[in-house]
Amino acid sequence: MADSSTLNAFVAIVRRDLLLAYRHRAELINPLAFFVLVVTLFPLGVGADVALLKRIAPGVIWVAALLASLLTMDSLFRSDFEDGSLELMVMSPHPLSLLVLGKVTAHWLLSGAPLSLVAPLLAMMFNMEAEAIKILLLTLLLGTPVLSLIGAIAVALTVGLRKGGVLLAILVLPLYVPVLIFASNAVDAAMAGFPVSGQLYMMSAMLFLAITLTPWPTAAALKMSLS
Amino acid sequence: MKSNSIVFEARQLSCVRDDRVLFADLDFRVTGGQVLLIEGPNGSGKTSLLRILTGLRLPDEGELFWCGSSLEELDSAFYQHIAYVSHGNGLKDDLSVEENLRYARAFGESTLTIDQALEKVGLMGYQDTPVRYLSAGQRRRLALARLLCMKKSLWILDEPFTSLDKKSIATFEQFIQSHVADNGLVVMTSHHDTGLPAEIVQKIEL
Repeated sequence: MADSSTLNAFVAIVRRDLLLAYRHRAELINPLAFFVLVVTLFPLGVGADVALLKRIAPGVIWVAALLASLLTMDSLFRSDFEDGSLELMVMSPHPLSLLVLGKVTAHWLLSGAPLSLVAPLLAMMFNMEAEAIKILLLTLLLGTPVLSLIGAIAVALTVGLRKGGVLLAILVLPLYVPVLIFASNAVDAAMAGFPVSGQLYMMSAMLFLAITLTPWPTAAALKMSLS
Repeated sequence: MKSNSIVFEARQLSCVRDDRVLFADLDFRVTGGQVLLIEGPNGSGKTSLLRILTGLRLPDEGELFWCGSSLEELDSAFYQHIAYVSHGNGLKDDLSVEENLRYARAFGESTLTIDQALEKVGLMGYQDTPVRYLSAGQRRRLALARLLCMKKSLWILDEPFTSLDKKSIATFEQFIQSHVADNGLVVMTSHHDTGLPAEIVQKIEL
């Protein structure tokens, strides 16, 4: 029943989540601040060796982005679960997997997208070249939605638990590893002047696989958490 | 819809929770135009039964039928007909009254406009108030307004009269009666004595 009324519901969910986030603007800063702080602490920790910093920059930025995105995951279904609106979402006549995709879209717009946009500034701090920064931004734009989509499955599984935080990290981190490997490898290759299309294609494939496949297990896990 | 075309039926329902049998072999049959009132002491499984009826929870045994088809087959098609008001109300504290209703209305066909629904439950003038500032009774009324503006034939209500004042209870009982008169179905739990006419009410004791 994927018709215009389902699209209405999808848009309503995205709009409501963006509006709710706007009412809590201060909380939006948290993951960004975490991201910026972690990345800026590295030069202080490893010393001001320009060549070394440049070499570790892609890895540092990507690991920080990954952890910052993990930090925001827990809130994805939490408040909906607590106030009962998740039940109403499950009980709507529309396919739950599409509604879940709406939740994740809003979540990515509020976490992954701002992280990706801040990253080039941080990359400049590490003295990365423009070409490599471009690839870094691309990998973040391709990779962070994958993190949100995969994370959603684990969040849906743990939302019913009172202390699901650590379990969430343990469930999700192994699945984040391929994204991290391909992304930081792409930026490394770009810095060395090698072609990166292979890695980017691979990441695009991961993104499309995640968009098409993850909403189903997420929806099923949500139903399980509610029963 | 022809009169009495809607039948909601349960056969041999059982629910086990933490190794305790809450109820077993429960049968009922409600048709359009009837209210099913579920009574029982605290902890007797009223809310669990309602969650089973909504499909949120699976019965440990037994099956549910909507107009002759099993709920398992119907899956999400069943949800076109059903509206559920739980303890939690399902409202967003940080959104205004109107925003909450507008969000709810995006999920299906609606019969009333937002203003009409608010008028009916006496929340006119609160459109822009964040739900956070409403009293418990007003929240309940907003949850009921959501019910009124959606076009659903089966209402499943968990203690709908909690924290409502006497006047609101009477008004809401009228809404239930007119919904039922319109060939609708209501399944509800209540600790209060309802003022609903006995001929439309079917009672189950858990």
